[in-house]
This record gives sequence, structure tokens and C-alpha cells, in this order.
Amino acid sequence: MTTLTRRYRFSASHRLHSHALSDAENAELYGKCNNPFGHGHDYVLEVTAAGEIDEETGLLLPVAELDRLVQSEILPLFSHRNMNLDVPQFARLVPTTENVALVIAELLQERWKLRPRLHRVHVQETDRNGFEVLAGAPQNESSLDRQRESVTLNA
Amino acid sequence: MFVTRKAEFSASHVCRIPSLDDAANRELFGEEANPNGHGHNYILEVTVEGDPDPVTGMVIDLKELKDLLEREIVEPMDHRFLNHEVPPFDRVVPTAPNIAREIWHRLQPRLNSSRTALSRVRLFETADLYVDITRE
Repeated sequence: MTTLTRRYRFSASHRLHSHALSDAENAELYGKCNNPFGHGHDYVLEVTAAGEIDEETGLLLPVAELDRLVQSEILPLFSHRNMNLDVPQFARLVPTTENVALVIAELLQERWKLRPRLHRVHVQETDRNGFEVLAGAPQNESSLDRQRESVTLNA
Repeated sequence: MFVTRKAEFSASHVCRIPSLDDAANRELFGEEANPNGHGHNYILEVTVEGDPDPVTGMVIDLKELKDLLEREIVEPMDHRFLNHEVPPFDRVVPTAPNIAREIWHRLQPRLNSSRTALSRVRLFETADLYVDITRE
């Protein structure tokens, strides 16, 4: 398999707080990440496409097209935003980086028109914490479904 | 088990298809098509899969892997203009996917044995763009 991965960066803030839990339970579960005014990270987003190398051009995909997609459809939603307040997907969904990766994977999949398929979304929250979703993998679909259910239940 | 060894080489290249005009090349490759070329610090990660040898405890002798990467990749490509000096890039566009594939072809026959197989070639063209070629 041949894949091409492009890295992007965005800075954003979040607060981990579940509406399904009490304030005390949230503080216990999320610790500092539950601090009421939130905090931020410089996130690194990796988007991976998988496909065949075009024999004429030697390209897997036109990188500029991937850049346009991510820079116009994904980064503006997150860059220099408070995810809990500014990103509609997180109105009720806890903006853990697991969920950030799932939301980005879903947004990309819906808008994906490139010939190679979307293979993977990886979000690095800090140098030490990374989260990865394989697009189209069975566990990914079910977790996306679960997320949608939890949004519905909480709404 | 997977063992990964890293190597680096710096090289220049230009991505152009001779039969296309300037505008078409620029549309396809962007700044990579600038006619006189430009360079990158390529970072190569080579991953070998296998079970540790019961006697040595090693999947592969890292010294041998280091020497192989030096001989097959770094020595021929480092500080070279790929299009002019490193076949097949006189006729194959030296895009990151094509360079990664050439590296795969150079290494695979030398790393596949009864106990080991080349599992992945990862080539960083810049810190923000890399290509993986994997067995499956």
C-alpha cells in the first residue's frame, strides 16, 4: 500500500466536561483538563490518503488539492477557536482529542472528492499524546455511530 | 516484531513532465516545477519485520542495515541533483511517491530473507509531508 501524509497545525482551546456527570465527577475524571475556563494546545493534524501512484505524474494525489480541502473546510473551524463554544459539533460532545479526531475524520470523509481514499486521521494534542482514526475501519464506523447517538441522547 | 532505522540525505530535484508546458507543470506540481530545481533534506525510515534470532536476539544486524542504507540510498542520492545524476529519475519524475518507491525497489530484495522482510519505507520530503510504502 502507498500512502501520502500531510501535516497541518492549529491552535485551539477546550475544556473536558461531560454533561452526563456531576461537577465533582468531572473534576475527578478530567483533573486539570476540567478547569472551568479551558486551556489550549498546538494541535498537529495528519491526514493520510491511500491509493496508487499515477504512472504519468508520479503523484499519489495533487497535494495542493488536499491542502485546499483541509485549509478551507477543516482548519478554519478549529484554528484559534474555543472548541466547546465555537465548534458546533462540541456543543454537547466532549472535545477530547479522540472526539476531535473522529469529528475531523467525518468532516473530511463527507467532503472527500480526491481519487485516493482517505485512510487515516491522526491528531497530536501534545508531543506526548496522539490519537488516530482509520477511515472506513469497522471500529471507526461504530465509534462514529456511537458518538452520533450520544449527541442525540444528550441533546 | 518491527525494527526501524533512520537515514538522511539532502538532494535537489525538479518535478516536471517534459511533454507538458510551463503552465501545466505548474498546475500539477506547484513550486516543485520551478525549472532549475530546489532541494530537500529527505529523512528515510526503513522498517524491517521479523522474529529475533534465538542466538543473537536480533531481528537484523543494525550495522548491516545501516551499511545497506548507506550503500544503496545515501551514497548514490546524497548531495545529488536526482534528475541529472540518479537513474531512473532522468526519465521518472522524482516526486516523493516515486522516490519512496525507488527506495523500496532497491531495498526489498536485499532485506527479504527466510527470517526478515521489508515492512515499510517512510520518506519525509519535508517535516509536513511524507510517503509510506508498506507490504500490505
